[in-house]
Amino acid sequence: MKRPATRLLCSIAIALYCLAPFFWFILTSFKSPAELTAIPPELIPSFHVGFYRSALQNYGLLRYIVNSAIVAGAATLVTIAIGALAAYVMARFRFRWTNIYLLMLLAIAMFPQIAIAGPIWSILDRLGWLNTYHGLVAAYVALSLPLAIWILTTFFREVPGEIEEAALIDGCSRLQALYRVVLPLAAPGILTASLLVFIYAWNEFFFALIIVTDPDFHTLPVGIALFPGEYTMPWGEIAAASTLATTPLILLTLIFQRGIVRGLSAGAVKG
Amino acid sequence: MRGLSKRFGANEVLKNISFEVADGEFCILLGPSGCGKSTLLRIIAGLEGPTDGEIAIDAQRVDHLAPRERDIAFVFQSYALYPHMTVFDNLAFALRLRRAGAVEITAKVTEAARLLEIQDLLERKPQALSGGQRQRVALGRAIVRQPKIFLFDEPLSNLDATLRAGMRVELARLHRRLRATIVYVTHDQAEALTLGEKIIVLNQGSIQQIGNASDIYRKPANTMVAGFVGSPRMNLLDGRLDDTGRHLDCGGFSIDLTPVLETALLRLAGDFLTIGVRPEHLRPTSEDQSWIRGEVDMVEDLGSDQFIYLHSGDIGLIARSGGQSLPQPGTIIGLQVAPSEVHLFRNGKRLEG
Repeated sequence: MKRPATRLLCSIAIALYCLAPFFWFILTSFKSPAELTAIPPELIPSFHVGFYRSALQNYGLLRYIVNSAIVAGAATLVTIAIGALAAYVMARFRFRWTNIYLLMLLAIAMFPQIAIAGPIWSILDRLGWLNTYHGLVAAYVALSLPLAIWILTTFFREVPGEIEEAALIDGCSRLQALYRVVLPLAAPGILTASLLVFIYAWNEFFFALIIVTDPDFHTLPVGIALFPGEYTMPWGEIAAASTLATTPLILLTLIFQRGIVRGLSAGAVKG
Repeated sequence: MRGLSKRFGANEVLKNISFEVADGEFCILLGPSGCGKSTLLRIIAGLEGPTDGEIAIDAQRVDHLAPRERDIAFVFQSYALYPHMTVFDNLAFALRLRRAGAVEITAKVTEAARLLEIQDLLERKPQALSGGQRQRVALGRAIVRQPKIFLFDEPLSNLDATLRAGMRVELARLHRRLRATIVYVTHDQAEALTLGEKIIVLNQGSIQQIGNASDIYRKPANTMVAGFVGSPRMNLLDGRLDDTGRHLDCGGFSIDLTPVLETALLRLAGDFLTIGVRPEHLRPTSEDQSWIRGEVDMVEDLGSDQFIYLHSGDIGLIARSGGQSLPQPGTIIGLQVAPSEVHLFRNGKRLEG
């Protein structure tokens, strides 16, 4: 594509195709009940916030947001903490099975969720962890660890061994060398892995649905899915809730965009 | 250090290494790449474990201790500065880990920075420094620790030639000033000969010779040291001594040793010998005084020195011109050498006397 105009048009078309649903529910969320059902439909809403108020007051949206924040935040922290240690070992100590182990991790990450849903449910049931935050966090940690270890290993391998050896000689223990020198240097990788895990846990629907049946512990995706009543379909409230659910992810991604881009491309090319 | 060896699988990279370094001594580990000198240094530092043998610092065994418990500093070839910290923090890192007080840290860092003339750089990050400046910071990081031993792993090899010569002088000055014990790895003989009080020449995992610069240069223990130290390299001629003990048979080509030997080597008659002569001792001379003659291939004029590359039969030789008129390529010239400047080796080992 040589001409900038063509390229621009194509970009806009692709962006529109991807973003149209988002625009739709964002615009819908700001409509008034009358605008919502108007025929022909109004494109530009009157920036009415009634649906937001209703979603928060009548549908317990705040509860779901808090639940999601707790679960996704905790899952991210635990995953990165465990993943960093595992990845550090993968990156620094070459065992005979290191690469096979990494490949197995990748294979595990490819398992369809439905295949492991039963076992996970049974385990959590025996532990009495159904309908708890830690039950859901445990599942998310298990599911996102392979990806996190994989990403972090790539980053840790990029940190020159000599810098770490310098730290060991300067008086660090292995663990001190890890968090004083290796982690700061692998910060883009930590950031990338954290965001991916957080987004995964924030959006996850399937396990959240089967592990948690108590409405007090529902996360956003499940909570929103349960908005419709037996005889009602609250489109406005669903749109408002979806907008609120998406905003934090968009903000996080925009804030850390540069770090992530560096993160995802590192390892591909030796810098 | 006693009876040290290191194996990687079936590959023995260090064989029974034993030596001592005196307090305050500048000790050089010199050898070609792959001779095991860096591995040796890493074993002293504790970054790698020996397969056998023991290491002691101040008569105290350290080979079971972690690097941080050995009270050593290591200057890496790549400098290995902490890229996410300022120069000040790089220097202060070890002190902070030791929980030194803020006043002490500032005092020591400032002192080291002054010594190395990097006071103005303390707030910068390593990426904003030139190679020479990074080198100084790496040095400073070692100095603030006041360790028992400084270990240097080819610290100057990433600098350009001018900077390297300058840093070499500065390292020597620094050593005099701090009276520090230093073990310094290099493959650069100029560094070794100018800096080293004790030079240990390593090849293929074993010690070839230990001595000061003059020993190593004037009395190389074997043909490896003779060929490795000195630039251009020493002329080494292999051959078999004939029954008279006066002629060396170099395979279809005989060298008369009479002019270069004080006495005939009758006791060695029939042995395979190597004679070595440094280029600076092999001087062009008139035909009638010549010991060996050769055809000039090319002349290398370095300004202060002129080296003549020539061949005699199949054997390549290098001689240093006395500075008179330089011979043209293709001409045949005679060369002479004083008997005291001839090195003799049997089975690769130096023959004394």
